[in-house]
Amino acid sequence: MNATTPSHIEEIKPPATDVGILGWLKRHLFNGVFNSLATLFILALLIKFVPQFVRWAFIDSVWFTSGAECHAASGACWSVITQNIRFNIFGYFPYEHQWRPLLAMIILVCMLFYSRDWNRWNKKLGYLWLFALFIMGLLMKGGLFGLVPVESTKWSGLPLTLLLSFFGILASYPLGVVLALGRQSTMPIIKSLCVVYIEMIRGVPLITMLFMSSVMFPLFLPEGITIDKVLRAQAAIILFTAAYIAEVVRGGLQAMDKGQYEAAESLGLNYYQMMRMIILPQALKIVIPPTVGILISAFKDTSLVVIIALYDILNTTKSILTEPEWTGFSTEAYIFIAIIYYLCCFSMSQYSRKIEKELEYKHTEKKIS
Amino acid sequence: MVSGATNSGKTYFWNDKKTRAILYQIITAAFVAFMGYYLISNVQENMAKQSIASGFGFIDKEAAFEIGESLIDYSAADSYGRALLVGVLNTLKISLVGMVLTTMLGTIVGVCTLSSNWLIAKLGTAYVELFQNIPVLLQLFFFYALFYEIFPGPRQALNPVTGIYITNRGVDFAVPASHPAWGYMGIAFLAACILVYAINRWATKRQEATGQQFPTFWVGIGVLAGLPLLAWLVSGAPVQMDIPEMKGFNFEGGRNISPEFSALLIGLVLYTASFIAQIVRAGIQSISHGQTEAAMSIGLKPRFVLKIVIFPQALRVIVPPLTSQLLNLTKNSSLAVAIGYPDFVQVAGTTINQTGQAVEGVALMMIVYLTFSLTTSAFMNWYNKKIAIIER
Repeated sequence: MNATTPSHIEEIKPPATDVGILGWLKRHLFNGVFNSLATLFILALLIKFVPQFVRWAFIDSVWFTSGAECHAASGACWSVITQNIRFNIFGYFPYEHQWRPLLAMIILVCMLFYSRDWNRWNKKLGYLWLFALFIMGLLMKGGLFGLVPVESTKWSGLPLTLLLSFFGILASYPLGVVLALGRQSTMPIIKSLCVVYIEMIRGVPLITMLFMSSVMFPLFLPEGITIDKVLRAQAAIILFTAAYIAEVVRGGLQAMDKGQYEAAESLGLNYYQMMRMIILPQALKIVIPPTVGILISAFKDTSLVVIIALYDILNTTKSILTEPEWTGFSTEAYIFIAIIYYLCCFSMSQYSRKIEKELEYKHTEKKIS
Repeated sequence: MVSGATNSGKTYFWNDKKTRAILYQIITAAFVAFMGYYLISNVQENMAKQSIASGFGFIDKEAAFEIGESLIDYSAADSYGRALLVGVLNTLKISLVGMVLTTMLGTIVGVCTLSSNWLIAKLGTAYVELFQNIPVLLQLFFFYALFYEIFPGPRQALNPVTGIYITNRGVDFAVPASHPAWGYMGIAFLAACILVYAINRWATKRQEATGQQFPTFWVGIGVLAGLPLLAWLVSGAPVQMDIPEMKGFNFEGGRNISPEFSALLIGLVLYTASFIAQIVRAGIQSISHGQTEAAMSIGLKPRFVLKIVIFPQALRVIVPPLTSQLLNLTKNSSLAVAIGYPDFVQVAGTTINQTGQAVEGVALMMIVYLTFSLTTSAFMNWYNKKIAIIER
């Protein structure tokens, strides 16, 4: 045996082109003729356009100048944002009181950040939220503790966008769940009402709902009663989003094993108890990813209030761009708004991914033990 | 035993499940009916007070407003009915063109995100992430601003390819000058489509019966290209082009696509394609790798692996969400109102402003979009049923 074994085994290293950076390049960029050509083509495009963009956005750009100097500069004019930042964010909210919406937004972000971990979700947090909402409402509306009252028609910019989306999401969720339960109901009248509502809303664009809220809704009210425009748009967004949530939740309800219903009934639980303690907690968990998808699109859709002349952050941007000093810098201004929307939507989808993972983990953990 | 009497006797009717269900439903129905009655009576009262006419009588009246672009002849002297028809046609135009382009782009990007080429895959993913997370309305504003701010006037028109000019007045491009040959070619193409369909059916039947294969793909391409070419040659082979030319301050000749339409189309297609790309990727990923291996192991060529094994299965996963995305595109086309493309919502909005008949106007909007939605989903349901697994 010993004789046949060589004194040392010669280590044959893999070819240099298969490991390290070269190997990675070969495997991921140049595997095959077509892929190599595609890689070279994309690289050529990148080399042509990226330096141009960097030059425009950073090297030749101006940041803190007046509009006139901007027109002279050859690069991007970020001044359109820096010089108008307060109007862009807060809109027509009285200038000297703009710390109030700022504080309200900070409270909102802090509360959301604190609530991100759902081990902290308990009754105390609920009361804390109620209190925070009260404070935020007080800051926006004023009228108590020496705060100057501000009409809701003056609410604009980012606070309006956040307000419409936060309450839109908050109120449409339970409504959507109720509609989904109604659609699954065995009672024909309730079921058909819910089906008609859901299918009708899902069949029309949000704009028609907003049009309805702005031109048709005032006709619905008895004489002497008016509801302000923000609230009407808010109602339209809630009613619209609820129909989409209902469809997603229905998917979750249908995906539930029939045995769950039977087991709950055999325990003697009534309908309300069965839904609250057995069915909904499981069904809603299954549909977290699509629900977050709906919530993200609801957030993006609040920008549609531009069309009924509410001044959300998109519309304040537009009105800055109509000033003669700042016309022609739409690209820069819209890029800024796009970044804000992108950050919000991206963090929402990341959060949903995180929750999904946690749920999966818990699930498997229980199975093992 | 006090309770014994009730236990052995009949239960009270409000404890009976069926009676209670009926009771709940009566209460709900009554509530809805009452709300409906209340709202309608309010509307009638308010409209009477503001002396707004009711009913659809305004349809026949003179519209007295111009519409920027139209597929049919229209002038301000025409009726509201015709104006609304123009709007519907414009909505249909943007939706159909958008659906075709977005499906193509979405599929390409979706396949790209799964590419083995790192650069292509990353670019595809970046595209999806970026365009999904920005409101479509913002994208529309952005592309519209590109046209009226960045792109030059007709004198300095951008000319990326011969015959295409991009200016702040839209996109001008050359079209073949009118000649009967183009009509014949269209007819020849339709005939070719029917012929290819027939050949396909015959070839499938023959293969099922005898096992003999027929090069359907190449023959099909030959027929599709050959018949129109033949028609073109027979009718005199016209080569005259109608090329846009600078005359005075603007282009004449050729065909013009307005900046509004272009911006709307670009925005809607890029936005919706990012969602479709994700759907396509999920669809392809949902097919287990074993299917590919099995198909390879029975000796299918890579092209056929994709065509007759992977794709038909992925399609089942893809079609339902694809439908809802295409419907979303149709509904989002109503955002045209924000950049001034005269789609149905814009025309209806102008009508509401002029006549004051908000209820009728909004009702018309809802009816038109519901019709679009229901037709599309009916078609897609039919298609979905066609490609669904036939359980044996």
